[in-house]
Amino acid sequence: MKQQIDTHNRTAVERKGDRELVITRTFDAPPGIVFRAWSQAELFRRWWAPKSVPGGVSLVSCEMDVRTGGTYRLEFGAGGPDTMAFYGKYLEVVPNERIVWTNDEGEEGAITTVTFEDLGGKTLLSFHEIYPSREALEEALQGGAAALPEQLDQLGEFLSGEGK
Amino acid sequence: MVQFTSPPLDLSFAALSDATRRGIIDQLGRADASITSLADKFQMTLTGMKKHVQVLERAGLVVTQKVGRVRTCRLGKRGLAAEAEWIEAHRKLFEARFDALDEIISEMKQEAGDEAAN
Repeated sequence: MKQQIDTHNRTAVERKGDRELVITRTFDAPPGIVFRAWSQAELFRRWWAPKSVPGGVSLVSCEMDVRTGGTYRLEFGAGGPDTMAFYGKYLEVVPNERIVWTNDEGEEGAITTVTFEDLGGKTLLSFHEIYPSREALEEALQGGAAALPEQLDQLGEFLSGEGK
Repeated sequence: MVQFTSPPLDLSFAALSDATRRGIIDQLGRADASITSLADKFQMTLTGMKKHVQVLERAGLVVTQKVGRVRTCRLGKRGLAAEAEWIEAHRKLFEARFDALDEIISEMKQEAGDEAAN
């Protein structure tokens, strides 16, 4: 049975200009709460790698020092000994308003800015990824080819393991 | 030999499981290229490159056309759809994250309410 989906609160992803991707969503809570769920590691780790993401990937470690100049390091694993690390530095943190961080695990990583806008008790969350160049965004988008590969590799390994 | 059971998906996974083939897709995303120039770029033999291109072609990721003595490769529909797929994959990931965040936020609101009540 096909479920009717309410698009009201849903997650929107759009490409803006040459170097930017924007993801938005509205939450039914004031910015203070949404900011806290984003800035406290023990809360953040519960939703950043939700169980519904395919491939059995989970967050095996999550260290974050959410203040201007602080750093973070997230390690994902799929049950085996190998982990994939994501890390960077917080360039700007304004409590309940915005968090800006670098993504230093790859060359030409994006700068991510998340803003929490007060809509009278609700929060409009905007997640922007700004790539250093058009080429860097294209490379991420060429996607099928360049960005999905790790995921495809994992999925491929998973599927081939299952087949045996 | 790879077993091709349910063509499109399996073929794409198999085709993209190789770093060179992902590089070829990336390259063709910038400009069409002949097999010879791809072989040069990836420092492979012509025969080796032809094999990679064949795998991509069977998966619908690449289309080739022979004009005179030159076989030119370009992205197939599936390759062109990569951007849309990437955006959709991104959307799904964040949708899953934000749904989970939504639940945590409800709990936090509940707790805040309980504390205020006590």
